Amino acid sequence: MLRTLTFALALGLTTAPFTALPALAQDGPLRIEITDGVVEPMPIAIPAFFGDDEVARKVRDVVASDLTGTGLFREIPADAQIARPDSFSDAIAYEDWRAINAQALVTAEVTQSGEDISVKFRLFDVFAGQPQGDGMQFDARAGDWRRAAHKIADQIYSRLTGEAPYFDSRVAFVQETGPKNARIKRIGVMDYDGANTLWMTDSSSLVLAPQFSPDGRSLLYVSYDSGFPQIRVMDVASVSSRPLTQSGDSMAFAPRYSPDGRWVVYSLENGGNTDIYLMDAATGAQRALTDAPSIETSPSFSPDGKRIVFESDRSGTPQLYIVGLEGGEPTRISFGDGRYGSPAWSPKGDMIAYTHQVGEKFHIGVMRTDGSDEKNLTESFLDEGPTWAPNGRVVMFTRVTPGGNGQPRLHSVDITGRNMRPLDLDFAASDPSWGPLMP
Amino acid sequence: MTPWMKPASAACLLILAACAQPAPPAQQVYDPYANSGSGALYQGDLAGGTLGAEASAQYFGQQVGDTVLFPSGQTALTPDARAVLTRQAEWLNKHGNFSAVLQGHAEETGTREYNLALGARRASAVQEYLIAQGVGSDRIRTLSFGKERPAETCSDEACYAKNRRVVTVVSETGAGS
Repeated sequence: MLRTLTFALALGLTTAPFTALPALAQDGPLRIEITDGVVEPMPIAIPAFFGDDEVARKVRDVVASDLTGTGLFREIPADAQIARPDSFSDAIAYEDWRAINAQALVTAEVTQSGEDISVKFRLFDVFAGQPQGDGMQFDARAGDWRRAAHKIADQIYSRLTGEAPYFDSRVAFVQETGPKNARIKRIGVMDYDGANTLWMTDSSSLVLAPQFSPDGRSLLYVSYDSGFPQIRVMDVASVSSRPLTQSGDSMAFAPRYSPDGRWVVYSLENGGNTDIYLMDAATGAQRALTDAPSIETSPSFSPDGKRIVFESDRSGTPQLYIVGLEGGEPTRISFGDGRYGSPAWSPKGDMIAYTHQVGEKFHIGVMRTDGSDEKNLTESFLDEGPTWAPNGRVVMFTRVTPGGNGQPRLHSVDITGRNMRPLDLDFAASDPSWGPLMP
Repeated sequence: MTPWMKPASAACLLILAACAQPAPPAQQVYDPYANSGSGALYQGDLAGGTLGAEASAQYFGQQVGDTVLFPSGQTALTPDARAVLTRQAEWLNKHGNFSAVLQGHAEETGTREYNLALGARRASAVQEYLIAQGVGSDRIRTLSFGKERPAETCSDEACYAKNRRVVTVVSETGAGS
């Protein structure tokens, strides 16, 4: 019996850390392995949650949507399920679940009392005939039922993939309305799946490229509210903002936090030349990290906070470079055809995602941090600006359709390039920034 | 010379009539003593009925030409751009009570942040040229919109060529100089 479904999550390359894993799977827990094989999503049964309630149905649907949305799982339809237990504490009839080839089974119970809900779940390895990990209970305010669902799905995802979770997270973005030559933009924050949108700015001034802080509590963004682009900081909870830079005649843009939240790295333009600067977020003290007559922009910290990858056209075309925080000569890491830009260092530290323009096509690509094993994940008229899920296994980006009526839409893709899908939003949006997993 | 650099200069994109005459508009003054002589001092042209006064942003946009274009990926000024900027400098030198904001732009291909930097470089190239032509640096500011504010919205070179630009926006400062 094939207990382990292989799923390409690596780069189609010599992934030394991964190649040893498949052999373990026969004896270890039920696991979707990460190899460059592929292919078939794991069949998982998620029968109706107990608790005779609308909330139980909604929580179940979000859990199922989270899991199947990864492309790693295929849900067994309810009408094929012949052995649903009568209660959350009932014994599991493994034989009957095996008969319909369910490899994993999720049971759960949702209870509501007043303004609080409680969700318990268990995960079962059907062919091993045993629970996979302990059951767990999550309590939440009734209004946070989606977060409870994401927490459960995160547990299941982690147990079955061995990867860190990412469903209980938020994404900052820019909503775009109005004609292409007079776009109205405002910053919003939503759950990773597009639910629960909160608006951070009104549409009175042009805003660009929000960036979540590592703790998810604030956003850096670029605003033209003074008439000239400067960086502001938004407190998400209170929806109040203040200027971070007031650089007179110089433009400040492309801000990113360091992983510890102490530093902000950004682009500062002076007399037409753009270099990368490092600012102490608390004191405002700053120094230049690059000093070149070329354009240096779109910096992104390594997860250890010691290095920065950025985009520079010092060679004549935009390419990717890495420089240490102490400054010095940057090292070029992109050498393929075309132009490379907007790099984003994976929170796992193993890869860098970027925008790759070759000829008339744009791609979202990934490479190792030394520039090896480069791979394009997507292709379209204009794909841009990848941001990593907290677990470093999925990227979200902006896809723009061409023409005068062209619109930006947010899409996500995993690092195999296999599970590309648009976010289900009823508005046009760009510039996603994926925040941290929430506590 | 690439096709879109031909006589269709910025000013004549706006006024069809001007397209037949790539030379500077008729209001140009060539008399070197026009503003310094003691006999008859030049006081400005008699504006055509719908054109507005010469000392107006409208006149600047329509008759002087407020836009210069750049080849793909480039930030250096073309001969056509220099011709337009020479007229802009003359106008700004003559109308000292106006200040200018140079708005740099880029086409939609390219990343958002790189294009912001690219637009800033273009605006700076225009600024340097105007300053070299005698316009006070304190009268000129620059900024970039990157690809945020295209002039034309189609997704091919015909539009991109018009979007790779710097627009000089003049406004009256009131105090004069």
